[in-house]
Amino acid sequence: MTATQKRIIINRIALGFSTLSAIIALAFLFWILGVLVMKGVDSLSWSIFMFEGSPPGYAESGLKHALVGQLILVGLATLIGVPLGIMAGTYLSEYGKNSKLAHTIRDISDIMMSAPSIVIGAFVYAVVVMPMGHFSAWAGAIALAIIMIPIILRTTDDMLQLVPGTLREAAFALGAPKYKVIMDVVYRGAKAGILTGVLLGIARVGGETAPLLFTSFNDNFFTTDLNEAMPSLTVTMFNYAISPYDDWQQLGWAAAFILSMFILGLNIVGRLILLAGKRK
Amino acid sequence: MASIIDIKDECSLHVRNFSFTYKGATTPSLKKVTMPIAKHSVTALIGPSGCGKTTLLRSFNRMHDLYPGNKYEGEIEFEGRNILDPKEDLIHLRTKIGMIFQKPTAFPMSIFDNVAYGMRLQGIKNKTELEGRVEKALQDAAIWKEVKDRLKHDANGLSGGQQQRLCIARAIAVEPEVLLFDEPTSALDPISTQGIEKLVIELKERVSIIIVTHNMQQAARVSDYTGFMYLGDLIELGHTEELFVTPKEKLTQEYITGKFG
Amino acid sequence: MIDKIFLNMTRTSALLILFIVAWIFVVLFNHSIEAMQTFGFDFITKDEWAPNLEKFGAYAAIFGSVASTFLAMLLAIPVAIGVAIFLSEIAHDKIKGFFGVSVELLAAIPSVIYGMWGLFFFVPILRDIFGGMGIGLLAAGIVLAIMILPFMAAVTRDAMNTTPDILKESAYALGGTQWDVIKDIIIPYAKAGIIGSLILALGRAIGETMAVTFVMGNVHHTPKTILDPTTSIPVTLANEFTEADSSLYFSSLFGLALTLLVMSFVVIAIAKFYFLRKVRKGQ
Repeated sequence: MTATQKRIIINRIALGFSTLSAIIALAFLFWILGVLVMKGVDSLSWSIFMFEGSPPGYAESGLKHALVGQLILVGLATLIGVPLGIMAGTYLSEYGKNSKLAHTIRDISDIMMSAPSIVIGAFVYAVVVMPMGHFSAWAGAIALAIIMIPIILRTTDDMLQLVPGTLREAAFALGAPKYKVIMDVVYRGAKAGILTGVLLGIARVGGETAPLLFTSFNDNFFTTDLNEAMPSLTVTMFNYAISPYDDWQQLGWAAAFILSMFILGLNIVGRLILLAGKRK
Repeated sequence: MASIIDIKDECSLHVRNFSFTYKGATTPSLKKVTMPIAKHSVTALIGPSGCGKTTLLRSFNRMHDLYPGNKYEGEIEFEGRNILDPKEDLIHLRTKIGMIFQKPTAFPMSIFDNVAYGMRLQGIKNKTELEGRVEKALQDAAIWKEVKDRLKHDANGLSGGQQQRLCIARAIAVEPEVLLFDEPTSALDPISTQGIEKLVIELKERVSIIIVTHNMQQAARVSDYTGFMYLGDLIELGHTEELFVTPKEKLTQEYITGKFG
Repeated sequence: MIDKIFLNMTRTSALLILFIVAWIFVVLFNHSIEAMQTFGFDFITKDEWAPNLEKFGAYAAIFGSVASTFLAMLLAIPVAIGVAIFLSEIAHDKIKGFFGVSVELLAAIPSVIYGMWGLFFFVPILRDIFGGMGIGLLAAGIVLAIMILPFMAAVTRDAMNTTPDILKESAYALGGTQWDVIKDIIIPYAKAGIIGSLILALGRAIGETMAVTFVMGNVHHTPKTILDPTTSIPVTLANEFTEADSSLYFSSLFGLALTLLVMSFVVIAIAKFYFLRKVRKGQ
């Protein structure tokens, strides 16, 4: 057998293996997706949106409490995390640039992005829940915000750096002060990118369960009191899924489906914004 | 209408009634091109962008096959067979017909490994043989002196002109019959360009060369034959001096005098 | 004037991230002092975890974290690279688009869903094949592998796609087969991006809670075989944090959290500063 024939055979084997691994991997992934959709659609009904949690066996049980709680928690986390993340990213791109401090902050925030989210939960438990003496929506939102900040910071930094320097110079040449240049020129130029970063950041924390387990904890009833434990879709899903009751497990799958659709929706919108921005 | 000279010398390639259609296109990009390529000489292909010169060049080593859905018709004869035959062994063909690209394409590996790459693909493992042939190829590509002390260094550390000569060394190391140059100096500075042009002229002792170029002066400097293409047709093929001094076709004359381009 | 305020606001926000990180370490450290003083090094070398006896040894949880992550990486890396090769080099355009987007979207699905799927659909299959409970180290490793796979494959594919066509064509022009081009050109060219994606996936796997908490078993035993149920640091935290009833128990859990944070910091930092920098320099 010549070297070339051998190469051709190796080529077939290697490509065959790649295709096979792709088929296996995609089969597993579509299996999971299939389960999610089948189980989720099966369990969906209007009552889910109308009723709050009930003990197992009651017909009038739903996820209203968890849906509202989820929105409050993620909304609050966004309100805290997004401005801080954007401002910090602005500092890195517009003031810190290549300084040692800026690089340190970039590196640390990269590492923070990979920090285990349950550890953030433990930290917030220690600094918010313990002093307050009880679980609260605030604690959950703070934990999510801490996870969100490094994501927003890095995308903001990256997106602002993509704005051409000549644009800034042109604005400075007109006599604008730096903050005006940043607000009116730089932010405008990076609008689509920052918005996408924010959406992806929201999607990312929206799916988090671990940091909420011992911060906002859970509750089976509807509440809007930020000083109390607050239900979320993720923790509810977790509790219902490991419960032995069929109807709770059903609700767990419905919650999983609704949450996934929400997160996929955010991801798709984020991508579309970025695409539209690129086409311009 | 086309004016194609009869080449008396031996030919290495014969293009006959060759048409090429890109995937999804309704009209062919090359229309029944017939063209002999003389052995051990340099044939330049010139013409405005979109005329099909690069498409023709990339047909000689069937590069178009990397992107499925393209269609070849007609014949390109090489070593007594039609290389457009679907059964043609493309790996063998490409070792016989090498190619140099618009931009230097140093692989992400050392200088030595770059030049040895094609030989290793052919199964040459003997270290002394590899070393000897790498050195020979680098010498032939006029870059040996510059790199002999850093053969183990990453090839991406070389300058653009050096990288392009490295690519030429890599291509000639497998001892091809034909070398295809696709605007090889379009990314280089004038001095590097000069070096590459000199090399092209030296190399025709051993290989037949086809070079696509935007630059008419370059075609005039390096080639023995020049083909002028326009909208997928080969308008004129002639001895380079004749084509530039006394073109037979009106279109050729208009192009070389800069009436369009 | 406003300029100064603006600068100070942004700078404070940027410094806040450093402050938070330092604060996290300090808080976790302070809360774990009691456990550290009580057990010393035994905390990380002994695997007896008995809250009723006030004995806390984290070895089983640390081992479970490392072993499940290792198993997941072992399973996921070759498959993810295979998927990436398929998506960037083999598949036809239409398939490429459809599967490419699917993989990216799957990477965004909350990890708790992978855990639910694992518990209800995958563990029963393992139980049928291997007997026993089905839950344990193997189940955790596989579910983790599947969870990190889409992300790994998507980023690896993106890195491979950055290889210029002209570079690939050059290798084909020398008579290379598709596999030659993949292994000699595309993978070396995309090396930094591929390793980066593996590191991020490793970081995700080691700190992942929800995907494995259902399927690992939550028993503080160092597993003898990969089929044995065991636990990991995140799983222990998720299951026991709200149940801790003594200050030593609490302190031990904070000790676990600190251990996990240090592990993930060290892994990511080594990978980022040593490994990636070396690869980049080589290019």
